[in-house]
Amino acid sequence: MGFNLQLLFTGVGVGSIYALVALGFVLIYRATNVVNFAQGDFAMLGAFAMVVLAIDFELPYGLSIIITLVLLVGFGALFNLGVYYPLRRRSFLPVIISTIGASILLENGVLAAYGPRPQSLPSMIAVPGFSIGEVFFDTQYVVILVVTVVMVALQYIFFERTLIGKKMQATSQDKEMASLLGIPVALMIMITFMYSALLGGLAGVLVAPVLFVTVGMGSSIALKAFAASIIGGFGDVTGAIIGGLALGVIETFGAAYVSVPYKDAFAFLVLFVFLLLRPQGIFGERIAEKA
Amino acid sequence: MSVGSAVGPNQSVSVASVLTRASYVAAAGLSIGAVLVVPLSAYSLNLFMQASTYAIAVLGLIVVLGYAGQLSLAQAAFFGIGAYSVALGTTAFGLSFWIALILGVLLAAGAGAVLGLTTLRLGGHYLAMVTISFQTILTLVLTNWVSFTRGPDGVTGIKRPAMLIESRPFLALCLASLYLVAFLVWRLKSTKLGRAMQAVRDNELAASVVGVDTYRTKVAAFTVSALLGGFGGALFAGGFSYISPDQFSFAESVVFLTMALLGGVRSPAGAVLGTGLLILLPEWLRFLKVIYLAVYGAAVILIMVFMPDGIWGYATGLWRKFVPVRPVKPPSIAPLPLTRQVGTEDSSTILAVRNLSKHFGGLKAIDGVDLAVRRNSVHALIGPNGSGKTTLLNVLNGIVRPTHGSITLEGIDLTRLAPHQRAGYGLGRTFQNIRLFGALSVIENVIIGAERPRHNVGDARALESHALAALDFVGLAPRAHEQIGSLSYGHQRLVEIARALAGSPKLLLLDEPGAGLNHVEKDGLVQLLKRLKGHGLTIFIIDHDMHLVSQVAERISVLNFGRRIADGTPTEVLRHPDVIAAYLGEERPHGAA
Repeated sequence: MGFNLQLLFTGVGVGSIYALVALGFVLIYRATNVVNFAQGDFAMLGAFAMVVLAIDFELPYGLSIIITLVLLVGFGALFNLGVYYPLRRRSFLPVIISTIGASILLENGVLAAYGPRPQSLPSMIAVPGFSIGEVFFDTQYVVILVVTVVMVALQYIFFERTLIGKKMQATSQDKEMASLLGIPVALMIMITFMYSALLGGLAGVLVAPVLFVTVGMGSSIALKAFAASIIGGFGDVTGAIIGGLALGVIETFGAAYVSVPYKDAFAFLVLFVFLLLRPQGIFGERIAEKA
Repeated sequence: MSVGSAVGPNQSVSVASVLTRASYVAAAGLSIGAVLVVPLSAYSLNLFMQASTYAIAVLGLIVVLGYAGQLSLAQAAFFGIGAYSVALGTTAFGLSFWIALILGVLLAAGAGAVLGLTTLRLGGHYLAMVTISFQTILTLVLTNWVSFTRGPDGVTGIKRPAMLIESRPFLALCLASLYLVAFLVWRLKSTKLGRAMQAVRDNELAASVVGVDTYRTKVAAFTVSALLGGFGGALFAGGFSYISPDQFSFAESVVFLTMALLGGVRSPAGAVLGTGLLILLPEWLRFLKVIYLAVYGAAVILIMVFMPDGIWGYATGLWRKFVPVRPVKPPSIAPLPLTRQVGTEDSSTILAVRNLSKHFGGLKAIDGVDLAVRRNSVHALIGPNGSGKTTLLNVLNGIVRPTHGSITLEGIDLTRLAPHQRAGYGLGRTFQNIRLFGALSVIENVIIGAERPRHNVGDARALESHALAALDFVGLAPRAHEQIGSLSYGHQRLVEIARALAGSPKLLLLDEPGAGLNHVEKDGLVQLLKRLKGHGLTIFIIDHDMHLVSQVAERISVLNFGRRIADGTPTEVLRHPDVIAAYLGEERPHGAA
């Protein structure tokens, strides 16, 4: 029992990372109808920025986080200008391919600059954790959970209670109509990219102490986040969160009870099952193209 | 068309194509011969071996991405399936090279078919995602299932067929295979299946409405691409006699993708060009060793932004600019055999719609509509904006499933059929916002219309002259070989009508054909509709323009808030008080302010 609870806790912690990255996916997808294959690399950049700032430059941890997030927001703007904006009037295929190109460029750029050796980052809080009953609560996972919950709540308030959030929603639903109503669509999309980069970067900052920091970490998280958003119902915010958590739990139990080397395969097996039986995901609706 | 009249463009085209084929065979023979005769260093042998086997896999991407517009990111996985089949087949299982090769090709194609069947009912992003997942799982299996795959150490001592033990004859085999595959992929483009793929790529919805089974077409494209991936991989394993899992990773899939994009994803020549460049470039740019993958990534973005059709596509585009396709005076064109009912007085019901409803949640877009369209007539459906006209057309077409009710065409129940099946029973359609296959020529668009199920026109030549006849009917035969993009809006609309006519529809659905046309074009359209009517074609037309409708229709139904509020001859309908109210607003009761 205690063992299973322990697995559940770890699974939810891992899953909330997937959920954070999936949220970034969903936001960009809703604003631009494009899947950003470099979303995971935002997390990788965040983690590497932390290593550079907190370890190489020996800056205080909190300050490093702030600088990292600011850098990521700027990077999101750059990404939009370089990867999405020139292709905004074309179909989704060139844009997807372009984000894949960006992903390769980022990973190998960092590889060239930092080398293949995995880096590690200490946890934000020195206390390793605490026990309740048989379950050991690792501090970093607790932090991950708390930050995810806070981010989800903030996002809800942002989109539902602020004017700029409403404008962003309008943009994502109908760009043409939004621009007719005087909403600066290009700016809204720019903000969407900046915010998704922030979410991705935050995921990287949070996950860095739990995993090794490598150039490939982002894409493996992103693949699972993507699977999570399909499982939850593509384009649905709640679905992305539920899907992410479910995937984290399934993967952790799979690794414990079935096989460790194939840990990464479970997410994809679940994905295949969903595509076969319920391709629209848990919360999704099937929407036909308009004639 | 008599034999004597087959002069001019037709003949010159076929002479040109014979010349092209002859020079292709000559080039193939020469280069294969050269490989056998000219001494090559082991190093260049290896480069050529890699380039030719990779190019075969990249040609697979041309089919799935270039022709069918579906993004596959697992080409290295299929390449790996082919390679491991030959590697393990010839070592652990003692099979002959040829048996192992065939097995590998079949396994790769089978895996592709299964993945495609599960994924391709869904939209664009899913295939990309699922292929990455498949790629990841395959890499995990190759690395971790040590007892079977020998794990990260890879497989050594892979055997070649006895008569091709030496590297040079084996390279000759690879080159011959490449030439053959490139030829077949190039031919595929102008076959029925190839045209269907391109139709799906350019406009999936329109493709299904003109009779293309889009799901099967996509699965076919993906399976062919997996098959070619497996074939390339099988030859690769034979060529290098040693393979390991890292050669078939996601990064390699990206390399394959870059090769296709760089050369030009829509033509086999581009595939070969891109592959050659990307295999040679790293050799030339050795100083980039550490960052060459980063350069790949940047190249992908730059290609997408500045050269979306790749080097080959860019070059052919330039060629087009300097040598544009001129309107040609077509040879004598036989009249289009539109219907077999000319002159008959049969006015029985051809389309019967009973109690048809479509509800979107609480919104009743169509609510219990009955309609009967009679043979040899033009029946118009009018109604204010948002009255449900286009939804009704989409339900008739099968794009949208009705909530309840039934649709029968000539007594055949269409209610549960997919759009392409309905097209097969003779339901033609045009769209309010024109949906053509933008990257194809005018005549190719029309040929796709003629290729609907249950409509057998004959061989390629018959198909072309049938399509030309349909174009001639709308007055666009001279522009048959131009690209869609070079036509005006009004002409594009006519091409769409010609595409529908080429399928000899029993019933033609026109969705606001007058929308966006100027006066002259509208007059032309009215004349065209009258001619169609004169040929006995049954037409069901939606439009706002009462002037247009009243000139051609002998029967009008009126829709408002999803319900049919009137039905009758134009004069009856236009006098109907409910229709006047729906169009001009309710007359206020006397005494109200």
